[in-house]
Amino acid sequence: MSDETVSNEQKTAGNGYLVGSTLEKVLRAGHFAVTAELGPPQNADSAVIRKKAGLLKGYCDGVNLTDNQTAIVRMSSIGAGAIVVQEGLEPVIQMTCRDRNRLAIQSDLLGAYALGMRNLLCLSGDHQTFGNHPTAKNVFDMDSLQLVQMVTEMRDEAVFQCGDKFKGPEARFFVGAAAAPFADPVDFRPYRLAKKVKAGANFIQTQLVYDVPAFARYMEKVRELGLHEQTYILAGVGPLKSPGMARYMKNNVPGILVPDELIARMSAAGKPWAGKKKDELTREDRIARSKAWKAKGIQICIELIQQLRQIEGVSGVHIMAIEWEAAVKPIVEGAGLSPRPEVG
Amino acid sequence: MIVAEQKPLQEIKRLINEAENVLVVGCGTCVTVCFAGGAREAAIIASSLRMSTKLDGNGKNVSDVTVQRQCEWEYLDQIADQVAAADIVLSLGCGIGVQAIAEHFPATWVVPGLNTSFLGLPTEQGVWAERCAACGDCILGITGGICPIARCSKSLLNGPCGGSEAGHCEIDPDVDCAWQLIYNRLSSMGKLDVLLEIQPPKNWRTSRDGGPRKIVRQDLRLVAEED
Ligand code: SF4
Ligand code: SF4
Repeated sequence: MSDETVSNEQKTAGNGYLVGSTLEKVLRAGHFAVTAELGPPQNADSAVIRKKAGLLKGYCDGVNLTDNQTAIVRMSSIGAGAIVVQEGLEPVIQMTCRDRNRLAIQSDLLGAYALGMRNLLCLSGDHQTFGNHPTAKNVFDMDSLQLVQMVTEMRDEAVFQCGDKFKGPEARFFVGAAAAPFADPVDFRPYRLAKKVKAGANFIQTQLVYDVPAFARYMEKVRELGLHEQTYILAGVGPLKSPGMARYMKNNVPGILVPDELIARMSAAGKPWAGKKKDELTREDRIARSKAWKAKGIQICIELIQQLRQIEGVSGVHIMAIEWEAAVKPIVEGAGLSPRPEVG
Repeated sequence: MIVAEQKPLQEIKRLINEAENVLVVGCGTCVTVCFAGGAREAAIIASSLRMSTKLDGNGKNVSDVTVQRQCEWEYLDQIADQVAAADIVLSLGCGIGVQAIAEHFPATWVVPGLNTSFLGLPTEQGVWAERCAACGDCILGITGGICPIARCSKSLLNGPCGGSEAGHCEIDPDVDCAWQLIYNRLSSMGKLDVLLEIQPPKNWRTSRDGGPRKIVRQDLRLVAEED
C-alpha cells in the first residue's frame, strides 16, 4: 500500500481507522481475513522475497515477515517487508524482543513506518539456543505484552516508551500479538490473551491449530471473556508436508496438538509406497510420494479452515506454509477464500 | 549463596604456567558449601597440580591455604605473608574473591580456579540451581516468591510464553518453566488475579545494565566515623 492511502486525516480520526491498512479494513468490514507467512532467506537475495511475494500476491490480505525465526539469522523482517511493499503486497512485520532493546525496537519501527509498513506482530521470540547463534547474548529488555503496549501508546498517544512526545509524525501500526492456545498452563491461556487485548492487541495470530475441537474449547472461554469482540482472532493453520512432519510437531513442538487421526490420514496418502525401505524407493517414487502427501496436507488444511471458520469469534486464518509458499494459493482457493476482497 | 564450579585442570595449568611458587587460596563461605573452592578442594587442587606439573617435567611448589571469606579485607590480611611469598595466587574463591585478592595485594598476580556460575541453592544432593540475578529491584512480591528474571529463560515479566510445556521451559526439558511455577503457586494460594495485571517494562537501571553498582549506607558510615 502506498503512503497516500493513510492520510493525516485518517490518522487523527477521519474515517475511523486506526491505521487504515488493508488488513485492518478487511477485518473491520467483516470479511474473513487471510494472512500468510513469508520466511526471509538466510542470505541477502531480494529475488527470493520477490518470488515468494509473487506466490502470495492476491491470495492474502497481509504477509507476515518473520523476524529471525527459530533464532536463525535471516534477512530482517523490515528489510524484506520493504521489498514486499515494492511488490504491491502488504507486510505484517514480526518483531521479537529477543534481539532488540526498547531503543532498537522503536527506531526500527520508525523506519518500518517510513518505508510504508502498517501492520506489526509483537512476539517474545524463540530463545537463541534453538538457532544458529546459540552463543549469542539475548536482550529481552521487554516482553511481548509490553511491546504491544509500547507500540499502541506510540500510535494512540504519540509517545515513546520513555514518555517523550513525538515531534512530527508518529509511527502508526495495526498491532498484533500471538496466542498459543494449547501451551501450558492451558487454563491460563485465555487470560493471557485477555492481557494482550488489554495491552492493545488489535489482532491475534494463533499458533498452528490442527485440533479443532480443542481450539473450539479455547474459543468458548475467549468468548466468555468477550475477547472476540475486542480483537480479531486469526487462527493459525499450516499444510502438513508429510506424516513425519506431523509426528515431529506433535512430539517436539510445544503448544501444537496434532490429532492421531490427521497423522493417520497423512500416512494413508503415502500408502502405495508404504512398507518399503528408503533404498527400495526410486527417486521417482519419492517424488510421487511427496506429491501425494503434500496434496493430502493441502486438503487437510482446507478442511481445517472450513471448520475454523464455523467457530464464532474466528475472524480469519493465518497460513504458515513454511518454505512452501506455493501451497497458499491452492489452500486459499480450495477454502473458497479467493478472490480476496477489495477494500480500497 | 554464590555457586561456582572448578575450571578444568588443563585450563588452570595454563593459567599458572609461568609461575614457580603457587599459592592456592580457598574460601570458607559459599564455595565451600557448593564443594568448589573450600579447604578440601584447595588441598586437592594443590596436590593435583604438584603431581601433574611434576609429571610434565615442570614441577612447581604448590601450597594451599583457606580463609573464612576472600571477600573481606580482614581475612585476606591473615594470609599476607603467604601471598607475598608466592609468584602467583590461584584463587578458589568466586569472582569476588579473586578480585578482592587482586585489589588487596596489588603486587600479586592472581588467577581464577573457578567459574562463578550463579546465585542459587542446592535443590538436592549434588544439584544447584539459579534463583536470583541480583536485578536490584526485587519483584518476588508479585510473583509468588519465584523469580522470573533469573528463572525464566527470557526474563519475561508477563509470562508464560508459548514455549511452556508440561512444566518445562522451551529451551530444555530439564529446565522448569518459571512461569508455570509462578502460576501453580499463585493458583494454590488463590492469588491468580495478580497475574492479570500487566507488568510494565522493568527499570533495568538497578541491574547491571545501569553500570557497575554500589551501595552507600550513610547511617553505617556515620557509625563507623564515631567509632
Ligand atoms: S526479582 Fe531481582 S532481586 Fe528479586 S530474586 Fe529476581 S533477580 Fe533477584
Ligand atoms: S517456557 Fe517458561 S521459562 Fe521458558 S521462556 Fe517461556 S515462560 Fe520463560
